[in-house]
Amino acid sequence: MDAVDNSHDQFELISFKIEDQEFCLDIMAVREIRGWTHATPLPHSPPYVRGVINLRGAVLPIIDLKARLGLGAAETNPRSVIIVVHVGGRLIGLLVDAVSEILATTKETIQPTPNVSCETVNKFVRGIIALEGRMISWIGLDYILPEQQAAEAA
Amino acid sequence: MDPMEPFKATFFQECEEQMAELEAGLLALESGEGDGETINAVFRAVHSVKGGAGAFGFDSLVKFAHVFETALDAMRSGALEVEPEAVKIMLRASDVLADHVLEAKGQGQVDCARAQAMAEELAGLTSGGGEPLEEPGDGSVEGEDSFGFTPLMVDLDEAPAARAPQADVEEPGGWRLSFAPTEAMYAKGNDALLLLRELERLGAHDISLESSALPEFDFLNPEASYCKWSARLPGDVPEADIRDVFDFVGDDCPLALIHENELIKGAAPPSLVADLGLAPALASALDDPFATTPAPPPAAPVDVAALLSAARAEAPQPAPKARPAVKDAPAGEELHAGKEAGKAAAVAATIRVDLDRVDRLIDLVGELVINQAMLAQRVSEANLARSSTVAIGLDELEQLTREIQDSVMAIRAQPVKSVFQRMPRLVREIASATRKEVRLVTEGENTEVDKTVIERLSDPITHMLRNAIDHGLESPEERVAAGKPAEGVVRLAALHRSGRIVIEVSDDGRGINRPRVRDIAVSKGLIAADASLTDEEVDNLIFLPGFSTAQTISDISGRGVGMDVVKRSIQALGGRISISSQPGKGSTFTMSLPLTLAVLDGMVVTAAEHTLVAPLTAIVETLRPKPNDVRRLGPRGAVLAVRGAHVPLIDVGVALGWRPNPVDPAAGVTLLVESEVGGRAALVVDAIQGQRQVVIKSLEANYQRVEAIAAATILGDGRVALILDVDAVIDSRFLEKLESQPLAQAS
Repeated sequence: MDAVDNSHDQFELISFKIEDQEFCLDIMAVREIRGWTHATPLPHSPPYVRGVINLRGAVLPIIDLKARLGLGAAETNPRSVIIVVHVGGRLIGLLVDAVSEILATTKETIQPTPNVSCETVNKFVRGIIALEGRMISWIGLDYILPEQQAAEAA
Repeated sequence: MDPMEPFKATFFQECEEQMAELEAGLLALESGEGDGETINAVFRAVHSVKGGAGAFGFDSLVKFAHVFETALDAMRSGALEVEPEAVKIMLRASDVLADHVLEAKGQGQVDCARAQAMAEELAGLTSGGGEPLEEPGDGSVEGEDSFGFTPLMVDLDEAPAARAPQADVEEPGGWRLSFAPTEAMYAKGNDALLLLRELERLGAHDISLESSALPEFDFLNPEASYCKWSARLPGDVPEADIRDVFDFVGDDCPLALIHENELIKGAAPPSLVADLGLAPALASALDDPFATTPAPPPAAPVDVAALLSAARAEAPQPAPKARPAVKDAPAGEELHAGKEAGKAAAVAATIRVDLDRVDRLIDLVGELVINQAMLAQRVSEANLARSSTVAIGLDELEQLTREIQDSVMAIRAQPVKSVFQRMPRLVREIASATRKEVRLVTEGENTEVDKTVIERLSDPITHMLRNAIDHGLESPEERVAAGKPAEGVVRLAALHRSGRIVIEVSDDGRGINRPRVRDIAVSKGLIAADASLTDEEVDNLIFLPGFSTAQTISDISGRGVGMDVVKRSIQALGGRISISSQPGKGSTFTMSLPLTLAVLDGMVVTAAEHTLVAPLTAIVETLRPKPNDVRRLGPRGAVLAVRGAHVPLIDVGVALGWRPNPVDPAAGVTLLVESEVGGRAALVVDAIQGQRQVVIKSLEANYQRVEAIAAATILGDGRVALILDVDAVIDSRFLEKLESQPLAQAS
């Protein structure tokens, strides 16, 4: 590890599991990780928008990442966490079951996303990281908000 | 970045104020309310602009300001009569001056031909009264404008001489003072300029410099102090006030202060004079109560005595050409000094603050309010006795929080004057473009409203004024034929009414031509040909999108931007607009807006187990309907009978997709609401929790617009509550969409 630490391509990712799949986010986009609190549902919103919460005075939308990735609605429990991320000038909360670890890796280890003919995968998975026999999907957040805002949020 | 940039920014800010002052003064003169002081104020405004512009090298601005100033000076001295024609020219000149300021600012270009014509017109005003004056930008009177942008500058050559003749005729019993700063004073970072400024604030005049001790340049020690000043002050200024000015400098600046009354009696204490090191000069001055400056030894630049006698010879009749630098008309002197002092005090009590800082403060206070509410809720959950110290402390905290909130909001509150002031020019321009004679009357300029609201008032007001002049007023011929004065009156008024600001634009023109409005609405398919509409409803048709009554699209209003745009921009501010009209007598547009965009008075309600806030302004009344007041209409619809009228019933829970079927209205509470368009509906909710002021939080900041929701807020329990967009909810299009769509599933 120490040997690669000085590399400029080195970057850190925060990883989490949704069912049996592993995902990760660029740690630079993450502002904080906080526990789950009740979200106020927004009317006429897609199912993956859980609602809004109060983050120290700011109104923060909560996206159910599991639902957003097309894997079904997440069950919330007191151990659920919200990863607060910064996307295109907005602060957004991502609902996940749990955060697993922080990974350090280099750009070279990222493989292009294999084509599985799935729009959701193409939209959100930026690449694949192979690590110790695991496969971790690197998530991009540009299109995380509902369609009408995609261009703006990017 | 240009190191001058911040100073320029200040200059332009000051310019804006001076221009406003100028316009206000000219308008007062036009309406005959002005007096000598008004002319002085107008003159000072132009002069300050010129002075500042000179400092930054805005040559064309200086040039024009100079011509303008010359004309004003003639008016001030009485050589040019204050009559409507001249004032009208000056009003137009002030527009051109404003253009020059904008050009200097880098925003736009001056129409050179227009400026030239204007300059000639101005020069024409004075050609009878006096010859064109000396080069612009001379510093001779700069010293008088410590209230404007121009730094106080004591002119070495002309000022004392030019001012001397005036004061000595008018003011026998004033103070004489003279002071000689020592090196020690400067070494401690004090400045004679500040002393002079303070003195001027007290009404000092005839400040003169005694520079005879100044050696040749070669022998000048830059750290030594050579200069002494003397000045006169009105006799009624308390001695203590004068001495206070010198309090800071103490022994570092010896002061001689003598009241002329005592002086004449020969009571000047010799010790006082001796204190000063300028004894001979001062003593000689004191001997002659009319000579304000010490008789200068050979090195002095001006022969005061000669000038004095020359000026005295001229003094009885006003002599404009000899007095460009003279400050005020003699009669106004004392009054003027008092006013200046008052103004100075006001200036001293004001600071300029970056708007971002204020906004940050407002955000923080918003959070404080929420936090305080949360704390209060936790405490009440802990079941502490009302009399416990915690509960009492919390009550006090609540009180304080509320006061802080009010005070912070007050920082942002500003008079609508800043917007109103821009309108007279607009009216003049539209009037001349449409060849109509228009007089603009403004009222309630000091009505205060939040800055964000002010900024967004300008466009709707502009549009309504255009509309009033272009469409509302008749041509002068038509007016005369109708038995009205040729000059039309457009009134622009602001007032506070039940927690909102109301802006009214009214004209005394022809009023709305209802049959024509109706015909157009029918021909454009906006209403059915056989629709029966009240007069009021017909009047309000002009707010419909795509409606324009002007026969030809004129350059003034028209261009496809109709009243619907005005209406929408006002609605975006949480406001409403309406019109009332009397054929042949004129129309009045009334718009009402919230005083602030940061907080809202809301009714906290429960709908389908969710907490919602409905803006109080939209709610007409709340009622619990009796079962037989509810009538079904169509497969899903229902209406409520309210005192004979039937309004649609809308279940809020259903409208927001939180439950599939409406609850029995008789089991819940209904809010009778009115939309901006005047449409009414009864919103069914489960329960009313209470009424409270909430801090508005945007949903768009981190998310996006949500249909039927205006914004969000944070309640006492720390949760987010949504603020209902009443207009959207009762909009029939929204409801139709709801009918045709399967309901979205929300958690």
